[in-house]
Amino acid sequence: MALLTLMAFAFYLGRRRSLTVVGGRSGVKNLHSLPAYYGFYTALWAGLPALLVAGLWLSFEGSIITTLVVDGLPAEMRDTDPGRLGLLVNDIKNLASGNIVSAHVDETMQRAADHLNELRSVGRMALGVVVLSIALAAGALAWRAIGPKMRARNRVEFIVNGLLIASSLIAILTTVGIVLSVLFESFRFFHKIPLTDFLFGLEWSPQIALRADQVGASGAFGAVPLFAGTLLVSFIALLVAVPIGLMSAIYLADYAGPKLRSYAKPVLEVLAGVPTVVYGFFAALTLAPAIRNLGESVGLVVSSESALAAGLVMGVMIIPFVSSLSDDVINAVPQSLRDASYALGATRSETIRRVVLPAALPGIMGGVLLAASRAIGETMIVVMAAGLSANLTANPLESVTTVTVQIVTLLVGDQEFDSAKTLAAFALGLLLFVVTLGLNIVALHIVRKYREQYE
Amino acid sequence: MAVRDEENDMTTAETVIADADLVGAKVRSKAGSRPLDNDFKTIGEVRVNDPRMSCTDVNVFYGDKHAIKHVDLDIAQNQVIAMIGPSGCGKSTFLRCLNRMNDTIDICNVTGEIRLDEVDIYDRKLDVVPLRAQVGMVFQKPNPFPKSIYENIAYGPRIHGLAASRAELDEVVERSLAKAGLWEEVKDRLDQPGTGLSGGQQQRLCIARTIAVDPEVILMDEPCSALDPIATAKVEELIDELRENYTIAIVTHSMQQAARVSQRTAYFHLGHLVEVGDTTQIFTNPRHKLTEDYITGRFG
Ligand SMILES: Nc1ncnc2c1ncn2[C@@H]1O[C@H](COP(=O)(O)OP(=O)(O)OP(=O)(O)O)[C@@H](O)[C@H]1O
Ligand SMILES: [Mg+2]
Repeated sequence: MALLTLMAFAFYLGRRRSLTVVGGRSGVKNLHSLPAYYGFYTALWAGLPALLVAGLWLSFEGSIITTLVVDGLPAEMRDTDPGRLGLLVNDIKNLASGNIVSAHVDETMQRAADHLNELRSVGRMALGVVVLSIALAAGALAWRAIGPKMRARNRVEFIVNGLLIASSLIAILTTVGIVLSVLFESFRFFHKIPLTDFLFGLEWSPQIALRADQVGASGAFGAVPLFAGTLLVSFIALLVAVPIGLMSAIYLADYAGPKLRSYAKPVLEVLAGVPTVVYGFFAALTLAPAIRNLGESVGLVVSSESALAAGLVMGVMIIPFVSSLSDDVINAVPQSLRDASYALGATRSETIRRVVLPAALPGIMGGVLLAASRAIGETMIVVMAAGLSANLTANPLESVTTVTVQIVTLLVGDQEFDSAKTLAAFALGLLLFVVTLGLNIVALHIVRKYREQYE
Repeated sequence: MAVRDEENDMTTAETVIADADLVGAKVRSKAGSRPLDNDFKTIGEVRVNDPRMSCTDVNVFYGDKHAIKHVDLDIAQNQVIAMIGPSGCGKSTFLRCLNRMNDTIDICNVTGEIRLDEVDIYDRKLDVVPLRAQVGMVFQKPNPFPKSIYENIAYGPRIHGLAASRAELDEVVERSLAKAGLWEEVKDRLDQPGTGLSGGQQQRLCIARTIAVDPEVILMDEPCSALDPIATAKVEELIDELRENYTIAIVTHSMQQAARVSQRTAYFHLGHLVEVGDTTQIFTNPRHKLTEDYITGRFG
């Protein structure tokens, strides 16, 4: 808070000084940069180093204080094993912040807690002082450096540039980190279960692995049924979403008036905003029983959790992906092509069928692939509506299970973290990631190709 | 906002460039400063003996904007008529009326009467699909479909069912390409995309595509504006040849082109058809001050 005020103040001062050094408003053109840049420059100098120090301080403060407190403890208490010591420190911390403690409170502990509190408040004070003085010093330095020749604009842009790079690095590094962790856990899994068994095994029953005498029982970790289930559900979903999405896109792009379009498009996109859990219980509680009743009335055996129910609802969910992207690419087909077709005496539907759609096809394909990767990665709906049994079947009326569902069930509940069962979740995750990544890359590639074509 | 400004500007321009020849009796009086008003009468003979198309009191509105004002004009059989005039005067708009391409613009409203061989093309009962097959159009920018050269040409005949068999279709394609002077250049690569041709070839492909549905009238809106001089010369040559079998209306910004390819010329100004006459007469002896200014390059 104080720092922000300080930065604002620094901005003002820096700006003013830049004007003073060139002799007021009339001298602005003698300045290298606009006065505001000098303001920003000073403000950044006042803010950034101080923030950096504060950040470092806060991240190390905890451990330093703990070390100090531990050092302050009597020797016989210090010499226990690390686990007990950790417990003790926890107790002291709890005591210090006035919480309930598990152990009996004795004199030394009370003293240690007081010590801790003291250290903490001193730390806070010191932090405040250090940060503010750094801010002041750095700000003042920057302020003094201001002169007509100083290239404040370039420096500000440089710093801003750095900030932007840092932010994007954080995003990228997080992704890389996630991928690496999944990768390592998967390697550990593949130590226990051979890769080929996993990729080509036709049977999935990870429960067996729980029994001590059968750990790593081969054949139980075949991912094929899961992927078959995923594909079945996604296929049904695409069967629903592609025709409906495409046709509504065509309607929106070529038939609907601008007014209707401005209402209809957002409404359609609301579908994408419905939480998937909501779709999930709609599928599980409304659609699945309805399908079963319908099936029974015509003499079909339908399990209460069917691939069909999950697929249908998932199809509805991904309609907006298909329609929105297709609508974009259909709109991107140049009007001149439509005019050419109309001028040859083609009707609107002929024009759409023979000119617009073929021209937009690559883009539409891209949209469909994106929707497909979305469907494959979707979890909630299938958890609730598709069931758990790993059937290798193409019958949409049976219950199937998908990769995502299995990951959830493998990791829900208390598990040993290094059993093949839990590690299998990582392997499945990795495989899923590879598949959707592949789909995405292909889709984006197609869409980009398509865009280039009309530029 | 923008439209209003434009309108104001134009009115001023009009006022400055004097018009003193409303009745057409006194030729080239340089006095006066009235804009063309609504009951302005076109100078020159708007009617011909054997009209293919005949327009009477045609008005076009884009919303409130009056883009074509009381235009009467005949388009003669087997002739090329050139439409010239400063930018924004309504040449394209008028051309698009002739095959009802303006229908594709929501805010566009056309009144008056346009006859094609005695049939009123704005008759409510008339179907625009066969009309557009009869009155074809070539656009300013070549716009081949992203299909093969063959498919580009075959598109029209296919949708109108003009060819009963593949062999017949092949023949139509060859004939159209030959008429457009493109056959020799592309006969070995009919299956390659039309978009891969050069600009001039693309434009001739578009002309061939229009010819393929066997129209009676061909409308061309600045067909050479995206082409280099050589390609332009080829297209002009082509237009001259096509005149034997078709009736052609061409919009152009090039005086030389109008003079080279057309037999009649119509000069438009701010929605009015100012003057129409034989091309030679218009270019050597314009009767209206505005026409003279335009073709001598003093305006537009
Ligand atoms: N789709 C449209 N919506 C609204 N106004 C239009 C539209 N098309 C044309 N206009 C207006 O109608 C008038 C005539 O336009 P038109 O395109 O026919 O001019 P033009 O003579 O072909 O000009 P250019 O030589 O630049 O092609 C212009 O003032 C233009 O602003
Ligand atoms: Mg035009």
